[in-house]
Amino acid sequence: MLGYATRRILQAIPTLLLIVAAAFFLMRAAPGGPFDDERALPPEIEANLQAAYGLDQPVTVQFGRYLGGLVRGDLGPSFRMKDFTVAELIGRGLPVTLGIGSAALLLGLALGIPLGLVAGLRQNGWADHAVMSIALVGIAVPNFVVAPVLALVFGLYLGWLPVAGWEAGSPSHLVLPVITLALPLIAYLARLTRGSLLEVLQSPYIRTARAKGLEPAVILRRHALKPTLLPVVSFLGPAAAALLTGSLVVEQVFGLPGVGRYFVQGAINRDYTLVMGMVIFYASLILLLNLAVDLVYGWLDPRIRHD
Amino acid sequence: MAGSIPASATTDGGLWADARRRLRANRAAMASAAFVVLLVVAALLGPMVNPYAIDHVDWTLSPLASPPSFDNGHWFGTDSNGRDLFVRVWSGTQVSLLVALLATAVSVVIGVAWGATAGYLGGRIDGWMMRVVDVLYALPYMFFVIILTVVFGRSLWLIFLAIGAVGWLTMARIVRGQALALRQREFVAAAVTLGLPTHRIIVRHIVPNVLGTVIVYATLTVPQVILLESFLSFLGLGVQEPLTSLGRLVAEGTLEMETAPWQLLVPSAVLAALLLALNFLGDGLRDALDPRQA
Repeated sequence: MLGYATRRILQAIPTLLLIVAAAFFLMRAAPGGPFDDERALPPEIEANLQAAYGLDQPVTVQFGRYLGGLVRGDLGPSFRMKDFTVAELIGRGLPVTLGIGSAALLLGLALGIPLGLVAGLRQNGWADHAVMSIALVGIAVPNFVVAPVLALVFGLYLGWLPVAGWEAGSPSHLVLPVITLALPLIAYLARLTRGSLLEVLQSPYIRTARAKGLEPAVILRRHALKPTLLPVVSFLGPAAAALLTGSLVVEQVFGLPGVGRYFVQGAINRDYTLVMGMVIFYASLILLLNLAVDLVYGWLDPRIRHD
Repeated sequence: MAGSIPASATTDGGLWADARRRLRANRAAMASAAFVVLLVVAALLGPMVNPYAIDHVDWTLSPLASPPSFDNGHWFGTDSNGRDLFVRVWSGTQVSLLVALLATAVSVVIGVAWGATAGYLGGRIDGWMMRVVDVLYALPYMFFVIILTVVFGRSLWLIFLAIGAVGWLTMARIVRGQALALRQREFVAAAVTLGLPTHRIIVRHIVPNVLGTVIVYATLTVPQVILLESFLSFLGLGVQEPLTSLGRLVAEGTLEMETAPWQLLVPSAVLAALLLALNFLGDGLRDALDPRQA
């Protein structure tokens, strides 16, 4: 298990390196630089600025320097937000993004799996049709539509919750963002759980359990639940990625100080180091989550246990 | 397995006739298909029915942002610059649909070619080609699209190319799986024995046999691309003035929702309806063409 985990982490390093290289050279290929629209810089000052950030060197040298910094855990200074390093910026926004992200993930699991189980156990009943129709709506309607409409209804018209904004320690500001992020997750998980349960219920060992005269509840708990959850677990990797992209929208609509906005702002402003830092952060997070998923998978299904 | 269908069940026209019958019987899918057609017609004709141009400012209004009204001719109201929302919403839908069709076409072409080649050739080449797909899959996809739109500037054509170029991965995986199974079949062996060159076998024998699956996933790709384009436009990385798209209109509506909620609700409703109908249609097509997946 430990050996497998180490091997996987070692395998992830070239992937990460590839991602870093692709993002780095793509950003440099873009026309325009980070100091473009600060109006009318005298050429000598601009040259000084470029030299201060090492931008006067050939791109390959810059890449080498960047990698060197990376090995020491240094993501460099932000080009546009002066006086801040990229690590500081990410460190500041991280608690907010991870907080709403993990809350949404928990909410999605807590609602999506039971709904899927109910739908699967009552296949083609009214509960099944209701859950599946709502799930399709949850999947089809994008979060940047859901977010402002929720803010409009619950914030403005009903006045139950704050429309937007952020006060540390005030949970009411987090309710709408978390719901927005969780809705598509609930929908996907419900669909996935239902489909998986239907397939599992067809298997011979379930028939055997029925023939033994076990209670349906016992069959579900003792025999059907674990294999049903296998595809759900493997969905958690993509789900985490979806939560991260979703956080771009949610943070913008609800004005939350998370890391999502750095990525968009950084890309628009050509803040090379900030965007690189975000890419590395997101990519490592996703790679780590995928590893966690595979480890949990081995625990759920002994046939693919890693040793 | 196609081989397990008794011959008597397919006497009247085979797979496609069967599929058509199953699709017709699915009322939700048929209603969605009709609704999609309705939206497409509205998107094409809408801007012509209404006399206002997309960037025409109606200075006769006071204030410039008018709620939906039949009296002043702005059926969906106007935005905060006094521009007619009926025209803007439908021409935004046009842009969304156009991007979706082109990007889907790009991802279908790349995905089918890649997947069919990998699956048919098999072995080490297959391993390498699918490894590439795996690595690309592990990338934070949305972030690369964002970087691409920044690199290539915010042009409509490059957006669809960027979306299509990263959207082909799922298609390649699905087609490759089917091609792996197909290459074991007798008619492929016959073609090999007859000395048909590899690329002809792929084009004539593999690709036609995966078309059903390809149609299903292409239909499901269209709403995903619309979603992605709207997402980019919402973040301010998509289409630029004077063009507009549904995502951009939603973003603009979000800013004004406290004083002019119709600016948010009208484009949101059109976008949600379009995506829902396309998803229902895609699900229906999947059930019709590929009953095992349902």
